[in-house]
Amino acid sequence: MCEHSPLAGKTGCPETAQTVFDSAHRQPPAIEELVQLWRYRDLVAQLVIRNIKARYKRSVLGVVWTMLNPLLMMAVLSLVLHGLFGLRVPNYSAYLLAGLLLWQFFAQATLASTSEIVWGASLVKRIYVPRTAFAVAAVGNGLVNLALSLVPLALIMAVLGIPVGRAALTIPVSVLLTAMFTLGVALFVSSVAVYFADFMEIYQVALTAWMYLTPVIYPIDIVPERYRWLFKLNPMCHLVDIFRAPIHMNALPAMESLCAAAGASVLVLLLGWLFFTRNSDEIAYRA
Amino acid sequence: MKSPTAPDNRNTTETETLSPDTAIRIDRVTVRYRLPHERIHTFKEYVIRMLRGQLRMIDHLALRDVSMEVRRGEVLGIVGRNGAGKSTLLKLAARVLQPTEGRIRIRGRVAPLLDVGGGFHPELTGHENIFLNGALLGLSRAEITRRLDSIVEFAELRDCIESPLRTYSSGMIARLGFAIATDVEPDILLIDEILAVGDEKFRAKCAGRIRRFRDAGTTIVLVSHDMHMVRELCGRAVWLNKGRVEGEGTADEIVTLYSRA
Repeated sequence: MCEHSPLAGKTGCPETAQTVFDSAHRQPPAIEELVQLWRYRDLVAQLVIRNIKARYKRSVLGVVWTMLNPLLMMAVLSLVLHGLFGLRVPNYSAYLLAGLLLWQFFAQATLASTSEIVWGASLVKRIYVPRTAFAVAAVGNGLVNLALSLVPLALIMAVLGIPVGRAALTIPVSVLLTAMFTLGVALFVSSVAVYFADFMEIYQVALTAWMYLTPVIYPIDIVPERYRWLFKLNPMCHLVDIFRAPIHMNALPAMESLCAAAGASVLVLLLGWLFFTRNSDEIAYRA
Repeated sequence: MKSPTAPDNRNTTETETLSPDTAIRIDRVTVRYRLPHERIHTFKEYVIRMLRGQLRMIDHLALRDVSMEVRRGEVLGIVGRNGAGKSTLLKLAARVLQPTEGRIRIRGRVAPLLDVGGGFHPELTGHENIFLNGALLGLSRAEITRRLDSIVEFAELRDCIESPLRTYSSGMIARLGFAIATDVEPDILLIDEILAVGDEKFRAKCAGRIRRFRDAGTTIVLVSHDMHMVRELCGRAVWLNKGRVEGEGTADEIVTLYSRA
C-alpha cells in the first residue's frame, strides 16, 4: 500500500486522503504483513513495554525474580544430577545455566506468543492490526528477560573462574538465530492454537518431552553413538550448543552446529511466516 | 485450515478507476463464513473427525452480492436487523475482513470507532494505556504524545490519569476508549453503536464530536438501531436484510420504510 503514498517517511507509511486500498490489488499476504508490521512497529514496542511494566508492577522483588529464578533452578538441578546421579561435566553449573536460560527463552516466548495472539484475536476481529505484531512482541519480551538473566550467568562464570574471551562475541549471533527459530515455531503453534482450545495443553506436554530430548541438562556424550544423529535433527540441539560454547568453555561454536542452526532457523522462520500469514485472515472469521 | 476466503476477483473490472468523490466503493461483494457444522472446540476432536471424514462445513453468507458507494463527506446510515450483515460491512471497510467475492476500494485513512476497551491493561495507568491503545489503532508514539493532552481533557480524567486502570469505573474506561478512538483525524469514520457509553452528559458530548466530524467533512458510516439518531445525523441510508441491500435512499425514506417492515 505504501507505493500510493508520497509521504512514506519517518512515520512509516501515513495514509493520506488519496491513499486507495483496493481488495483486487493486494500484495501477497506474507509481503503485506511485513509492510504492515513495519508500520505498526511502535505497537510492538508498546506491547513489550506493557508486559514488562505489568510484570514488575505486581511483584516486590521485580527484576530480581527474573535473575533469581534460573539460579534457583540451576542449584536444584546441579544438586540432583551432579551430586546424586554423578553426572561428570566440568563447570557443570555454567553448562546447565546456559542451557536452561536459552531453553526457557524458547519455551516461554512460544507460549507467550500464543496467548498474546489468542488475546489479540478479540481485537483483531474489530480493528485492523497486523497479527504478527503479537508474536514478535512476545519474542522481544523474551529477549529482554534473557538479557536480564545474563547477569546471574556472568556471576556464576566469575565464581567458577571461566574466562570471557573473544568467543563471547558470538553470543548475540546465537541469540538472534534462536529468536528467529522461536518466532517461526511460535507462528506455527499460534496458528493452530487460535482454532483449538486444547492445543496448548498438547504443546506443553510436547515442550517438556522436547526439552528432555535436547541436551540441555545433560551433555550429548551420554547419548549412545548410534542414536546421536537423531538428536542432531533437532534444531534446538544445535542452538543450545552454539550458545553454550563460549559460556561454558570460552570456545568458538563448532562450524557444523553453527551452519545447522542458521539453516534451520531461517527455514523455520520462513515457513512459519508463510503458514501464519496464509491463515491469519481466518482469525477474523472466528466470531 | 485451507483458506476458504481467498478473494475471487474474476468478475470485477480491473481497469476502472475510483472517482475522487468516492470514499468507499463496494462492487458485488459476497462474504462467506465457512464454519464447522457442529462447533469443534478441541484439536483431538478435529483430528478424529478429519480421519473419519466427518468434517462437515456449512457456509454462511453474511453479505450476498452487495454493491454500494459512499461519497466523500457524506454520513451514511446502515440499518437492519441483527444478522443482516451490518457489522460485516463495517469489518470490510475496516479491512478486518476481506471479501470472498467482489471488490472493495477505500480512499483515505479509516478509523473504526468501536469499543477497543479489550486492549486496555488493568495494571497500567490511564496514561500508559493511552499509548498502548493508540498503538493498537495504528498511531505512532510521536502522534500519541502530540494528542495526549486533548485525549485526557476530553475523557475528563485529568486527576486520575496516573492511577492504574483497575481503579477506574466502567464509565471512566468507556470515556477513555472513546476519547482515544476519536482523537484521530480520519478521512472515514466507522461507528458501530458506540453512543451507549457513559452518562447522559458524556453521550451528548460524543454526539457533539460526531457532528463536528460531519461538519468538518469527514465521511461517516454509522450502524445503529436508533432510528432517531440515523434520521438526525445521516443524509443517506442503506437498509440491509439477510445480507442483501433491501433499500437505499435518503435517511428519512429508509427509516420510514424500515420502521414499517
